[in-house]
Amino acid sequence: MSNATLAVPPAPPQAPAKKWGDQAFKLITLLASLSIIVLIVALGYILYDSSKLSINKFGFGFITGTNWDSVAGIFGALPYIYGTLSSSLIGLLIAVPLSVATAAYLTDLAPVWLRQPVVSIIEMLAAVPSVIWGLWAILVMVPFLRDYIYPTMQKVLEPIPLIGQLFSGPIYGVGILSSGIILAVMIIPIITSVSREILRSVPNIQREAAYALGATRWEVTRIAVLSYAKRGLLGASVLGLGRALGETMAVTMVIGNKSDISASLFAPGYSLASVIANEFGDATTPMHQSALAELALVLLGVTLTVNIAAMLLVKTFTTKETRRVA
Amino acid sequence: MVPKIMKDEVAAVNNEEENVQEAATVSLDVNDLCLWYGKHQALYDVSIKIPANKSTAIIGPSGCGKSTLLRTFNRMHEVSPGARMSGKVHLFGEDLYSPEIDPTILRRRVGMVFQKSNPFPTMTIRENVLVGLRLNGVRDKKILNERLESCLRMAALWDEVKDHLDRPGTGLSGGQQQRLCIARAMAMEPEVLLMDEPCSALDPIATMKIEELITTLKTKCTVVIVTHNMQQAGRCSDFTAFMYLGKLVEFDRTEKIFTNPDKQQTEDYITGRFG
Ligand SMILES: Nc1ncnc2c1ncn2[C@@H]1O[C@H](COP(=O)(O)OP(=O)(O)O)[C@@H](O)[C@H]1O
Ligand SMILES: [Mg+2]
Repeated sequence: MSNATLAVPPAPPQAPAKKWGDQAFKLITLLASLSIIVLIVALGYILYDSSKLSINKFGFGFITGTNWDSVAGIFGALPYIYGTLSSSLIGLLIAVPLSVATAAYLTDLAPVWLRQPVVSIIEMLAAVPSVIWGLWAILVMVPFLRDYIYPTMQKVLEPIPLIGQLFSGPIYGVGILSSGIILAVMIIPIITSVSREILRSVPNIQREAAYALGATRWEVTRIAVLSYAKRGLLGASVLGLGRALGETMAVTMVIGNKSDISASLFAPGYSLASVIANEFGDATTPMHQSALAELALVLLGVTLTVNIAAMLLVKTFTTKETRRVA
Repeated sequence: MVPKIMKDEVAAVNNEEENVQEAATVSLDVNDLCLWYGKHQALYDVSIKIPANKSTAIIGPSGCGKSTLLRTFNRMHEVSPGARMSGKVHLFGEDLYSPEIDPTILRRRVGMVFQKSNPFPTMTIRENVLVGLRLNGVRDKKILNERLESCLRMAALWDEVKDHLDRPGTGLSGGQQQRLCIARAMAMEPEVLLMDEPCSALDPIATMKIEELITTLKTKCTVVIVTHNMQQAGRCSDFTAFMYLGKLVEFDRTEKIFTNPDKQQTEDYITGRFG
């Protein structure tokens, strides 16, 4: 999993003399943050080094190639890139509205006594191991979707021009859409808690401005809170996207593991993380190993970019734009 | 008892509280108002009759309940968790706390400007002024544009912003932002405008502009201004209420409060002997 986001280095023990303590603290935190950067760079380098064989052989074709045949020694990553991106985007599309709505409800609308219990439950959900989500998805969610929801969706949505294609073809249960849904379930807790922090940091005078104009509670949330926090909420969503992109276990169990690019969201697919996890143990040829390392490099690149973007968005929001007014 | 002289200005010479009330129609009539935040009582039996189309200043040391009193006039205190009140407030004879009154509608009739200017940062100058009307469902372009100009003029901001109405409201200077907030409140054509230390974050020139505005504003509505600055109260109010420790100590014409107050506490505060 890629949690290289918002990482705060562990606080060192307090030094006795105050001035010394300050200096030491600065130094240690600096070293800690440097070591994280060094770690990431080293990781990137090792992956790059191990994937040289495949980079030299396929070049850019590795990214655009659609054929992945370890026996023939042909490696193209596009189906996996597609699987990772499409399932993550679906997850995000489902998770963001739900999470933001929940966060808004918990900060401004819910009765006070209800807030803390719900927050605790959501935080607990974030701690459920992904293999357990995967099992639940296989045993409960996928059969339910396959038997009840997907057929209806197909009936209703397939006749619509343009988007109809997305809902065509045979329904297996497992597939891109199912893995998007399980990803949504898994990233809702993190997006909700970060969004909640962001909404809580919207200054109260903004809310009061709206109340004083005769806004109802919902209008206050809309014009004073959500629009003020737009940028931070975007950051929270991108953070969730970062999680979704790197998620391996649950997706592997649900996505169908078939290296295809199909127009239908019901069709099975494959994700970058899943291929690496599934194939690395059996990769015997150096070229196969090298190609898998390059997949990892691609995945690292995508998740790092997304996470850094999220970090910047959330950070500029919580430091610059807000400062609670007493 | 001094015989009752005729209305308005003449009443100024009169010391009786009753005559203050006679001086004009009563806009806000507060009776035996008590307010608690949880267990802490912030207001004790406040009764005051605030005259219409005048400006009334509420002065007193910080923490004495000025803002709290002000917020009971548009039921803003109900937004703070744990606030409870007893007593009555009437606006032109109508009980503000009767069950038929919807606080969101009341707040359109009683506008408010805050200590720190708070335009909506994601909205342009135009949108900031018109947001209240939009919430009210006004869509007519003509009405909106007229109201935009008249309110910005009223807030003495029109000439400064008329060429960039579509820039964000937060791009303005502090004083301009505060006047934008006044325009935003006035766009609802309120019957009362409440101002909670509107100048405390502003420089003297910006402060002066807002004080000058008050003269215009009170032709449109009743103005109630909280201030901890006594000179300001002296300059821009017709009536002054002095509060201390959650109680209303004295309420009278401003000249009277500042020259010849009835209560020793008021005099001590005015002359700076405590505060
Ligand atoms: N939201 C609140 N919750 C609890 N106590 C409050 C709240 N607002 C004000 N108070 C308390 O009520 C008293 C009066 O406050 P306030 O009306 O803000 O005074 P002023 O505006 O005169 O400085 C103070 O003791 C203050 O601590
Ligand atoms: Mg105050």
